[in-house]
Amino acid sequence: MTEISHAKLSNAQIAWRAAQDIEDGAYVNLGIGFPEMVAQFQPPGRQAVFHTENGILDFGAAPARGDEDWDLINAGKKAVTLKPGTAFFHHADSFAMVRGGHLDVAILGAYEIAQNGDLANWSTGKGGIPAVGGAMDLVQSAKRVAVLTDHVTKDGAPKLVSECTLPLTGVACVTRIYTSLAVVDVVDGRFVLREKVPAVTLEELQSVTGAPLQIDGDVADLICPDDLA
Amino acid sequence: MDKTFPSLADAVSVIPDGATVMIGGFGGSGAPIELVHALIDQGARHLTIIKNNAGNGHVGLAALIEQGRVDKLICSFPRSSDPSVFVEAYKAGRIELEIVPQGTLAERIRAGGAGIPAFFTPTAFGTQVAEGKPTEVFEGRSYVREKWLKADFALIKGELADPHGNMTYRMAARNFNPIMATAATTTIAQVSRIVPLGGIDPEHVVTPGIFVQKIVEVSAPAQEEDLNRAEAVYP
Repeated sequence: MTEISHAKLSNAQIAWRAAQDIEDGAYVNLGIGFPEMVAQFQPPGRQAVFHTENGILDFGAAPARGDEDWDLINAGKKAVTLKPGTAFFHHADSFAMVRGGHLDVAILGAYEIAQNGDLANWSTGKGGIPAVGGAMDLVQSAKRVAVLTDHVTKDGAPKLVSECTLPLTGVACVTRIYTSLAVVDVVDGRFVLREKVPAVTLEELQSVTGAPLQIDGDVADLICPDDLA
Repeated sequence: MDKTFPSLADAVSVIPDGATVMIGGFGGSGAPIELVHALIDQGARHLTIIKNNAGNGHVGLAALIEQGRVDKLICSFPRSSDPSVFVEAYKAGRIELEIVPQGTLAERIRAGGAGIPAFFTPTAFGTQVAEGKPTEVFEGRSYVREKWLKADFALIKGELADPHGNMTYRMAARNFNPIMATAATTTIAQVSRIVPLGGIDPEHVVTPGIFVQKIVEVSAPAQEEDLNRAEAVYP
């Protein structure tokens, strides 16, 4: 376990890896928090258009402190900026973009992902205040649904599991998982390992994964820059 | 025709106890804080509120809840940086909560405004949120039936309005405001500026006046975020 935690990618590295799969011109929604980092790591020469479900397409980075305009925020209620090409729209249009299947990629966090692609990311089921926001819409209707996550929970339990135990956000919706140790696709109800960090063996990776990792072709080395901000 | 009202108090005076009220805004952006504060002053009780969030700090919707005036909240995301007022009311059983996925909330409101009593969506299929709702398969995929949402009143915030109620919005403050305007029997709008007829280019009208019944000018509206950073408490 010690070696595995040593081998883990940082959140920035996981976000960087996910950004490499976003093609030029893709329409992308990034979940609140950790997934927002993906926008910083777009490869040179590619330009994705980011959608924020409160009603903006193609917005700029955060403004300097003190320059915030609170009518110009993202879904995380953080201030953003205008850029040439920005568009505003109301909520029914915003979710027509989502629910009508117009988004190429939605990238979210997760508590658990099952091998059939079920996702649990909105409720710990412990009686807190339930709050779902736009996650249930995004996971059912974006063309690709990617998850960014640590490979295991803080207690070391697998987050990739055979069946979710927490309340579901969506059924059979996740298509790719970027973890701190691996890149895993969901194909026909199975986890298929595409990449893993070189410092971890297949056996070690399987031991912290709650369902079988299938091998279908080559497993590439998952190598990310180590100087990411 | 002139839908303008001289004061917020006049505009909200008609809201009775037990009314269902939609309140625009996503977080603080586009939230009609001054109208909500006028509703607090007005005194109506046992309200059902439809709003994306449950309020933040001790102003706006949070203040309305803190005054014990809201029986039920229909909402997608009742968390915020300071949700303590809602959390306390919810845990004490003083407020009922109906959680609706954000897109379903928007579409239920749109359907209410468009006279569509129900629709099907894949959102929430197979989750707790869809328990007890009818489902149907279309072209091999499962969908959940959701009903329209309508309200007696909508409180919304815009940028410009003319006396007929034609409106524009400011940036991402648009959010739920235009659709809520369509789904309420009486829509009451606060705007930063009332302009004469002809003062809004018809190409730029976002909400046509047919959806708006009352307009009040609030020339320098407060931002919930600024009020909360100043730790404001209303009243």
